[in-house]
Amino acid sequence: MIKKETSALNRIWKFFTSVRLTVILLLSLAATSIIGTIIPQSGTSSEYFHKYGEFWYKFLSFFDSIFDIFDMYHSWWFQILLLLLTINVVVCSIDRFSATLKIIFIKVPPFNVERFRRMKSKKEFSDNRTPDQLERIYKPLISKGFGYTRVEERENGFCLFAEKWRWTRLGVYVVHLSIIFMLLGGLIGSIFGFEGFVNIPEGESTKSIRLRNTAKEHILNFEIKCEDFDISFYDTGAPKEYRSSLTIIENTKPVIKKDIIVNDPLRYKGINIFQSSYGTLPPEEVTLSFTSRETGMEYKEKAAVNRPVDIPEDLGTFTIKDYRSSAGFKGHNIGEAFIGVLESKTGNNTNILLPLRFPSFDKMRRGDVVIAVASHNHIYYTGLQVTKDPGVWVVYSGFILIIVGCFITFFMSHQRLCVEVSKSGDKSLVMVAGRSSKNKMGMQRKVGIISEKLAKLK
Amino acid sequence: MNSSNILSVTTFVYGLSAFLYILSWVFKKQAPGKLALWTTVFGLAGNTAGIILRWIESYQLGIGHAPLSNLYESLVFFSWTIVVIYLFVEKKYKNRTIGAFVAPLAFFAIAYASLSPNISDRIQPLIPALKSNWLIAHVITCFIGYAAFAIAFGISWMYLLKKKDKEGKSQLLDRFPSANMLEELTHQMVMFGFLFLSVGIITGAVWANSAWGRYWGWDPKETWSLITWFVYATLLHAKMMRGWHGKRIAYLSIIGFAAVLFTYFGVNLLPGLHSYGAMGQ
Repeated sequence: MIKKETSALNRIWKFFTSVRLTVILLLSLAATSIIGTIIPQSGTSSEYFHKYGEFWYKFLSFFDSIFDIFDMYHSWWFQILLLLLTINVVVCSIDRFSATLKIIFIKVPPFNVERFRRMKSKKEFSDNRTPDQLERIYKPLISKGFGYTRVEERENGFCLFAEKWRWTRLGVYVVHLSIIFMLLGGLIGSIFGFEGFVNIPEGESTKSIRLRNTAKEHILNFEIKCEDFDISFYDTGAPKEYRSSLTIIENTKPVIKKDIIVNDPLRYKGINIFQSSYGTLPPEEVTLSFTSRETGMEYKEKAAVNRPVDIPEDLGTFTIKDYRSSAGFKGHNIGEAFIGVLESKTGNNTNILLPLRFPSFDKMRRGDVVIAVASHNHIYYTGLQVTKDPGVWVVYSGFILIIVGCFITFFMSHQRLCVEVSKSGDKSLVMVAGRSSKNKMGMQRKVGIISEKLAKLK
Repeated sequence: MNSSNILSVTTFVYGLSAFLYILSWVFKKQAPGKLALWTTVFGLAGNTAGIILRWIESYQLGIGHAPLSNLYESLVFFSWTIVVIYLFVEKKYKNRTIGAFVAPLAFFAIAYASLSPNISDRIQPLIPALKSNWLIAHVITCFIGYAAFAIAFGISWMYLLKKKDKEGKSQLLDRFPSANMLEELTHQMVMFGFLFLSVGIITGAVWANSAWGRYWGWDPKETWSLITWFVYATLLHAKMMRGWHGKRIAYLSIIGFAAVLFTYFGVNLLPGLHSYGAMGQ
C-alpha cells in the first residue's frame, strides 16, 4: 500500500520534472496572453456593449462568465498556468540541484584523460624540447587563464589539467530563483498592496481615495492637499509638464511639501503618489461681457449657471446652462466652453456657445449683442494615482537575480582543459583538448588559440 | 546638411551593401564581399553621425533629448544596432554569406523610417511621460535585444535552406557555414537577445513603477514583450529536449522574431500607454 502511494507521488514528481512540461506551459502562456491584448481588459459592460454590439457582446460575456476573458490575467485558469510553471520551476530545480552541488563542491576535481583523447576537436603538434622543459614553460601560461591547475607526472611525460568557473553551473538556479522572487513579489503586492486614484481640486485636501479594481473607497492615514496645479505647453501646443504642489497633512500638521511631476512621485510611509491626470472644474462664477451692436457699449455682469442675467438696453436675458471641458464646433474641439441661452424681448430663444479660448467667437452670430466671457476663476483638479506595494523590493531582487543569472548561464561555462605531453623519440608530442558545460564551439576556438600559443611559446 | 539628409544617404548606402552581400554570395566572388563590408562600415559611420547630429540638433531647438523618442528615431537606432552586431559576427565567424541575410534587414528598418510617408522625421519635444533617465536605458537595451533576434531570424532562414538541401547539391548553399555552426550561432544570438530583452523589460518595469506607480499593468505592449520573452524562453528550454534540435529551434526563432515585430509595430494598432511609438508621431 505504502509503495503504491510513493509511486503515485513519484509519478507526480516525474511529471513536474519534465522540460516538455516547461515548453508546453511557456507556449500556452504566450498563446493565451494574446487574448487580453486584443480584447480590452477590465472595461465596463456598457463599453463592451458599445464596442462589440449586442450579439458579440452576449457571445463574449458568455465566455467571460466561465473564463473571465474581460480580466483574463487575473482569471483562475491563467493563475493555474502560472502556478503550474512555478511548481515546474521549483521541482526541476530541486530535482537537479543536489547533483549539481555534488559536482561543484568537490575537493579534487577529477579528470579523465581518455575522454579528452577521444575528442575530435583536440589539437596535436610536436615540439623539439623535452617534456620537462615544456612543463616549466606551459604551467605559468595555463595557470594564468584558469583558476585551478594540476600536473600529473607520467612515465614518458606529464599531463596538465586545468579548469575554471565550475560554480557557473549554479547560474541556471539563480535564474529560476529569480522567477520565484518575481511571482512571490507580485503575490505580496496583490495581497498587501493597493492601487487607487483620487481627484483633488486646487486648495482642497482629502484622505479618501478610490481603489482601481473594486472602485471601493479607501481611507489613508494622512491627508493629501493639492496646493496648486500647473500645466505648461511647448510652442507646438503639446503638453510639456504637469505639476502638482502637494502637502501631506498628518494629524492636522503638514509633514511634507513636494511638487510632483510625471516620473517624479511623492513617497510617504510606503505609499506612493503619482501625477496621473488633471482636469478643470466648472468655474463657479464668471464675468460676462455684453457689447451692444447699436451703441457699441460694453457692459460687464457677473453670472453663474442657471442664474438669468438681464442685459442692459433691453437686449434680452441670458442664462448659462452648462459648462463643457471640451466642446465641439463643426467637428473641431474648441476646448472649454459655456453653453447658454439668450432670450430676446420678443421671446426668441437662441443657443449660444462661449469658448474660453476664443473671446470673439460670438461675433460670428451677428446678433444685436455680442456675448463673451470676460474673466473666470479657473480651478484645476489634479488626478493622482495612489499606490502601495510592499512586494516591489522582492520583485526588484528578482530583477537583479535574473540579469546576473542569465549572464552567468549564457556567457560563462565550466571549462576544463587537458594538455598531455609525451616523449616520442627525441621530440615531444603535445595534445591539447578542452571541454565545457556550454558553448562547445567557443571552447573549440579557445583550444585552437591555446594550442597555437603553446606551439609558439619560447 | 542636417541629420535627416545624412540618414537618407545612409539608407541608400545600406541598400547598396545589402545588394553587394547578396551579389558576393550568389557569384561566389571575394571582391564584392570586401566591398560590401566597407560599404557597410561607411553606412554605419553615416548612421552614427546621423544619430549624433540629431541629438545635437534637438539641443539647438531647445528641446534637447536623446534621439530615441519616436518611431523614426527607434527605427534608425534599430538598423544601427543590427549593423554593429552583424559586423561583430562577421569578424568573429569570418563568413560573409550571413551578410546577405542580415544586411537587408538593417536596410529595411532604416528605409521604412526614411521613406514611409506615415513616419515623420521631425524632431519633437518630449511629452511629460517620456521625460526620464530610464528612457535611454530602456530603449537601448530593448533594441539591442531586437537586433540580436533579427540576426537570429536571418540565420534561422539560412539554416532551414541548408537543411532542405540534404545531399549538399546546391552550390549556393555550399557557401553557407555548416548547419551546426548556423544552429550554434542562432543559439548564441538568441541568448544575447534574451538577456537584453530581459533587461529591456526590467528597465521598462522600473520606469513604469516610478512614473505610474506600478511595475506591471498588462498594457498590450508590455504583454507582447512578455509573449516574445515566453517564445524565446521556450526556445532556450526546447534545446534541452530530445528531438528538438535543428529545424524546430529555427522555427521558434522565426516565430519569436514575428512576436518582436508585433511588439514593435503591431501593438500600435491596439490601445495602450505606448502610443508615442506609433505612426504619425
